[in-house]
Amino acid sequence: MTSRPAYRRNRIAPIWVVAMALALVLLALFCAHAAYAQQNLAIAYISRTDDPYYEPHRGYTGLQLIDRHPALDGAKLAIRDSQITGRALGMTFTLSERALEANEDPATVVSQLRQSGVAQIFILDLPQRELLAVADAAKGGDILLFNPRDDDPLLRGKECRPDLFHTISSLDMRMDALAQFVRQRAWDRVLVLEGPLPEDHALSSAFQGSAHKFGLKVVEVRPFVPGNDPRQRELSNIALLTAEANYQLVFVADSAGDFARYIPYQTHEPRPVIGSEGLIAEGWHWTFERYGAPQLNQRFAKLTGRRMQEEDWAGWAAVKAVVQAATQTRSTDAKALKAALLSPEFQFDGYKGTAVTFRAWNRQLRQPILLHTYDAVIAVAPLEGFLHETNTLDTLGLDRPESGCPG
Amino acid sequence: MNCRRRVAAIGALALALTSGHASAKGTGLVFVSNEKSSTITVLDANHHVIDNFPSCARPRGMVFTPDRMRFLVGCADDSVIAIYDVATRKLVGRIRDVPRPETFALHPDGRHLYVSNEEDAEVTVYDIETGEQVAAFQTGEEPEGVLATPDGKLVFATSEAANIVHVIDVASQKVIKDILVATRPRRFALTPDGKELWVSAELAGAVEIIDVASLSVTGEISFRPKGFRREEVTPVDLRISRDGKRAYVALGRANHVAVLDVPSRQIVDYILVGHRPWGLGLSSDEKTLYVANGLSDDITIVDTENLKVVTSVPVGQVPYGFLIDDQ
Repeated sequence: MTSRPAYRRNRIAPIWVVAMALALVLLALFCAHAAYAQQNLAIAYISRTDDPYYEPHRGYTGLQLIDRHPALDGAKLAIRDSQITGRALGMTFTLSERALEANEDPATVVSQLRQSGVAQIFILDLPQRELLAVADAAKGGDILLFNPRDDDPLLRGKECRPDLFHTISSLDMRMDALAQFVRQRAWDRVLVLEGPLPEDHALSSAFQGSAHKFGLKVVEVRPFVPGNDPRQRELSNIALLTAEANYQLVFVADSAGDFARYIPYQTHEPRPVIGSEGLIAEGWHWTFERYGAPQLNQRFAKLTGRRMQEEDWAGWAAVKAVVQAATQTRSTDAKALKAALLSPEFQFDGYKGTAVTFRAWNRQLRQPILLHTYDAVIAVAPLEGFLHETNTLDTLGLDRPESGCPG
Repeated sequence: MNCRRRVAAIGALALALTSGHASAKGTGLVFVSNEKSSTITVLDANHHVIDNFPSCARPRGMVFTPDRMRFLVGCADDSVIAIYDVATRKLVGRIRDVPRPETFALHPDGRHLYVSNEEDAEVTVYDIETGEQVAAFQTGEEPEGVLATPDGKLVFATSEAANIVHVIDVASQKVIKDILVATRPRRFALTPDGKELWVSAELAGAVEIIDVASLSVTGEISFRPKGFRREEVTPVDLRISRDGKRAYVALGRANHVAVLDVPSRQIVDYILVGHRPWGLGLSSDEKTLYVANGLSDDITIVDTENLKVVTSVPVGQVPYGFLIDDQ
C-alpha cells in the first residue's frame, strides 16, 4: 500500500473493505479455476415407456422373429469410448436418460430439459409424429437432435427438419445398396413379392425405386398373403407364387418376417432371395470383420451381452459425431456443434472403412451399407463401379438434386 | 482383473533367455505373421518360402529378444505372447493372460515389453524375463502402435478409436500427455535424430508429424496416388531409413507404398504393390523393403535402390508384419 495522506487516517481498514478484498480474491480464484475446469457436454436420450415399437413381436409357437433394441446401448458405449478423448480435451461427456410416461408431451419435456440446462443435445428414440413435434417446437434454437431409429425417406426429403440429424440409414439407402449388388452381377430380372402390411408396401416401393435408378427390370410384383386358406393358394403357396415368370432373383418385402423365411429353397425356379430374407441390407452387422468392426462388435458384446445391430450403431454414431464435433470446436454449444457437423472438415470413423460425414442438404449421415446373410457380410455398398461426381457414398439414398428437403 | 497380474510360465521364460549370441549376420530368414491363418511363414534371403508353421491364434506384432536368439509374437485370440526359437522355430515359452495383445515395443533395457491390448483400452508392460505384468496404463479405445524412444525415456502408443497419441514417461511411469491427432492413428516411426515422431492417420489419409521436444503436432503429409480418391488412401505402417533421408509408408486401400524424402517431406514415388498393404519390413542393409498385403495373402518385395518390385510371394492368410534376422 502506498502511504498517501488520505489513507493514513484509517490505519486499520474497516471490516467491509477487508471482506470485499477477500471476496475479490476468492472470485478471481474461482474464475481462474472455472477457466481451466472441465467443460461438460451433456446428451439426453429421450424415449417412451412401453413404446409399442419395442414390444416383442411374438410369432406362432413362441418364436420371436423381430428383436428390436433401443439405440441407448450404442450411445452408452460411445460415451464410454470417449472418456479418454475427454481427458485429452479437458471435457467430460455425459448421457442421461429420460423415458416419457404416457401422459407426457415429448416437445414440452425436451423444451424443459433444455431450458433447465440439463442438455442441449438430444437423441430421440420416438415415433415419427413425436419426433417431428419435438423438431418443430425446437426450430432455430440452441438445440441439436438425432434420429437413431426412423428410416423413412420422407424425413430426409419433404419432412426434413433443420435441427434433426439422422445417423440411422434410410430405407432408400439400403435398397439402393441391394440394387447396386444385383446390377453389378447382372442378375437384372427381379420378381418382387409384396406382403399385405403398409410397411411391406413401403419396402417394395423403395426397392422398385432403386431398381429403376440402377436399371434393373422388375418383371412382376406379386402380392402374398400368409396362411393356408385353399381359396387363396396362389397368394400363399411359394411354388405357385414364384412360377410362370422369367426372373433371376426374388425380392421379398415382408416386414413381419414370418413368410419370407420360408421362401429360400421353396421357389419354383432355383433363384436367390434378397430383401427381407437371404441377402439383407443394413447399416451394421455383428459378423463384419473389416475396418476395425470386430473391435467395436466385441466392445458392444462385452458391455451388453448381445450382438450389435443397426440401431445400436446409429446410437453409437450419434454420440461419436457429437464428440468429434466437440473435438473440432472445443465447444459444448449446440449451435457451434451443429455448424461443425456440417462443415467440410467434419468426419469420423464409423468402422466401415470410409470416414463418414453428414449430407448438408438433409443431415443424413453418409455411410456404407452392409449386405449380409445370417452370418456373413457378403458385400459393402457403394460397390465398385458405381461412381459419383463428388462422393461415391452419395450413390446411396437421396442425393442433393432429388432430396426435396427445403434446407 | 486380477488374473492379468498373474505370473505365468516363468520356467519356460527362463529357458528362453539363457542362450548366447547369434552369428553376426543372423540366419537371413524373414518371418511373416499371418493373422487369419494363424501361421508364420519363413522365407530365406532369396525370397523362397522354406517353412509355414502353425502359431498361436491371430499372430500379429513380433519382436526379437535382445540376443536375437528368440522372437516374441503377440497372439490376440489366445491372449498370449508366444516365444519362438529363431533357429529351430519351436515354441519355447509363453507369457499368458496378456489380454488381446496386438503389437508391442521392447524397451531399450531389453526387458520391459510395452504391449497394446486392443480390447481393453490399455497398454500393459511385461517383464519378459519373469513373464510378470509390471505396469498398466489406461488409453483410449483400441490402442495399437507402440514405440519406445532409443534413449528409453518415452513410450508412445496410439489409440485408434480416440484419435490420440499417448505419451508414457518411463521414469515416472505416468501418461504425461494425450496428443490429439487426425482420424485413426496407427503406427509410428522416429527420425534417427529422435526429434520427429511420424504417426500414420489411417482415415485421414495422412502422416502427422509430432515434435518430440514439445509433444505437439507440427506437420502433416497427405498422400494421393494418381487415380485414388481421398477415402481410398489409408496409411498404416511406415519406416524411416537410418540416415534419416528416406521414408516408406504403406497406403492400405490405395494398394501403393509411398516413398518420401524425409528432410523435404516430399513424396518421391508411389510403388504399386498388392491388395491393402499394411505391414512393412526393411532389411538391415535397407536395400530390400518387404510389404505385407493383407487382402491378397501375399507379400511384395521391393528393391529400394531402383524402387522396383522384385517379386511377390504368396504367404498365409492376412499377412500382418515382418521380422528379419539379418543382423
